[in-house]
Amino acid sequence: MSNNMQSSISIRDLKLSFGSFDVLKNLNLEIGKGEFLVLLGSSGCGKSTLLNCIAGLLDVTDGQIFINGKNVTWEEPSDRGIGMVFQSYALYPQMTVKGNLAFGLKNAKVPKAEIEKRIARTAEVLQIESLLTRKPAALSGGQRQRVAIGRALVRHVDVFLFDEPLSNLDAKLRADLRVEIKRLHHQLKNTMIYVTHDQVEAMTLADRIAIMKGGVVMQLDSPSIIYNRPANKYVADFIGSPAMNFYQGTLDKDNNFRGDGLSLSVTGYPFEEGRVAQNQQVWLGIRPEHIRSADAAQQCAVQMGAIVELVEPMGSDTQIWSVVDKQNYRFRVDGQTEMTEGDSIRIGFDPENLSLFDRDSELRL
Amino acid sequence: MKNLNAKIASIPMIFTALVIFVGCTAWTIYHSFTNSRLLPNNNWVGFDQYERLWDTKRWIVSVGNLAIYGVCSLVISVIIGFVLAALLDRKIRFEGVFRSIFLFPFALSFIVTGLVWQWILNPEFGVQKVLQSLGWENVTFDPLYNPDLVIYGILIAGIWQGSGLIMCVMLAGLRGIDGDIWKATRVDGIKTWKTYIFVIIPMMKPVFVTALVLIASGIIKVYDLVLAQTSGGPGIASEVPAKYVYDKMFNAQNLGQGFAASTMMLVSVAIVLIPWAYLQFGGKKND
Ligand SMILES: Nc1ncnc2c1ncn2[C@@H]1O[C@H](COP(=O)(O)OP(=O)(O)OP(=O)(O)O)[C@@H](O)[C@H]1O
Ligand SMILES: [Mg+2]
Repeated sequence: MSNNMQSSISIRDLKLSFGSFDVLKNLNLEIGKGEFLVLLGSSGCGKSTLLNCIAGLLDVTDGQIFINGKNVTWEEPSDRGIGMVFQSYALYPQMTVKGNLAFGLKNAKVPKAEIEKRIARTAEVLQIESLLTRKPAALSGGQRQRVAIGRALVRHVDVFLFDEPLSNLDAKLRADLRVEIKRLHHQLKNTMIYVTHDQVEAMTLADRIAIMKGGVVMQLDSPSIIYNRPANKYVADFIGSPAMNFYQGTLDKDNNFRGDGLSLSVTGYPFEEGRVAQNQQVWLGIRPEHIRSADAAQQCAVQMGAIVELVEPMGSDTQIWSVVDKQNYRFRVDGQTEMTEGDSIRIGFDPENLSLFDRDSELRL
Repeated sequence: MKNLNAKIASIPMIFTALVIFVGCTAWTIYHSFTNSRLLPNNNWVGFDQYERLWDTKRWIVSVGNLAIYGVCSLVISVIIGFVLAALLDRKIRFEGVFRSIFLFPFALSFIVTGLVWQWILNPEFGVQKVLQSLGWENVTFDPLYNPDLVIYGILIAGIWQGSGLIMCVMLAGLRGIDGDIWKATRVDGIKTWKTYIFVIIPMMKPVFVTALVLIASGIIKVYDLVLAQTSGGPGIASEVPAKYVYDKMFNAQNLGQGFAASTMMLVSVAIVLIPWAYLQFGGKKND
């Protein structure tokens, strides 16, 4: 996506170590102008560290960072043309909302009239006009985070950095503010880098998602590619809830998979370019929503009989844990479907929806 | 019902507190209007004791000294404590070592501190002697023997002892501040010293109140320091009110005068505390 776009941020061979512990290892990343990039990964994988490096809050060990074509590797955060929003809001508690928005600008000697204008505009965009004279303590969590976003907005910068901005909010508010951030992005068209460990936020907001693990980007792609064609087993396992079902086995030259009680032909599986089936050890993965049950199972290329072990009603749909030959099959059915523990059912799936990974390299076949 | 039981249970405590604090205070104030000498008596003399008190040179000097000591130690301890804490908070190496060094004097009693500083400031073997033996022949540094400077000599010792604790309190306060606040100010381009003044210190108001209370309790204990360092000398140059009270009551056998002096101390504490308490607790509702 960014190839034909001028890049807004470009990170080259970035390394960062705390003592002898390498948090980021030779990281390369190109982020296009106006792109919404989400950094997603489990706790401790280095997302915040990467964001802080881009912001200039951490000194990099090696490598370079360019923002809008300018090498900012050793620039102060305030000179990089970025605005940042933190998980804990980090508002200045002794100042009013207006004071919070104005503090940085006053300090940068922006003329008074200009400050007033920017604050008025920002307050309008974020709908916080009525809160301007209040102190942060008198605001709800959602309102505080709005003000924190406002503090980044008034800086009139091209790049916004968010570090888990919604993690401290309750579920309902989180969904509301998520939509608002998306709307804001459509309106402003700034480059945004957004750190989260919430898959839903990542899938809904991102133009592209970077899945990180141990200081390395595992996959950088659009949400749909990440979901449908995960580049390796880690990404496949990490994305999706409930998680993908995995089975070990061998794949022979004639596209037959055998193992963990399964024996099927994967003819029709969309191999990655340049790959063909050969004798090898593989992981076979099936997303829960690709397993069909009851009548729908009759049309599937692969079918088997299963016993329902556990039923988890979630409202709109129901998660079923079933067993075939001591192997677990998790899948999802419509919330209206009647199923009880101990039922014998038929389940099935189609080979084109599978994911196959090499057992050693764990890369997608 | 539960509430009533709790109230009944606390009656002995309230009673004790009333008798000890209010009762004894009232008793003292009452007898400051008598001409009690070795033993308390009831001969009412009106404000005689107070007139005599404020005519006494020694009392005036004592009050002046306490004022100088109090204001200076308040200001200097807060500044030194905060600056040290801020330096330690900048994630320097060997922080634990420095913290122990600064806190060490607090572990000493005021008497020991007083004696140590009496030696350090003594012209015969202290700083003056060292400087002179290093070549500065005509340096004089003997604050404890100079009536104009003696209270500052005591002040040095007091601050040396008290600043470590203030530093620790301030350090705890600084550590309690969310690291994201610092990041936010850096993104906003606020200089470090400006961040301290406009963001960090306002956030640490409760810590400063605690520090002030600790320093105030140190000011009251200056009596011990004076006793150890100078015994009020040279002449009466380093007298303090608490010493005046003690001497009048137990050495000069003039209880009435001692009671009047201690009542004056109580009044001055009240003058400071009542507006403060009013602001702190009365003003809460419309905060
Ligand atoms: N100041 C530091 N000194 C030493 N190690 C650190 C420091 N800051 C972070 N780390 C380590 O670096 C790794 C990455 O930390 P980072 O904060 O970037 O993780 P994260 O992906 O943001 O996780 P989370 O989702 O929990 O916020 C972690 O293993 C952490 O322990
Ligand atoms: Mg983080």
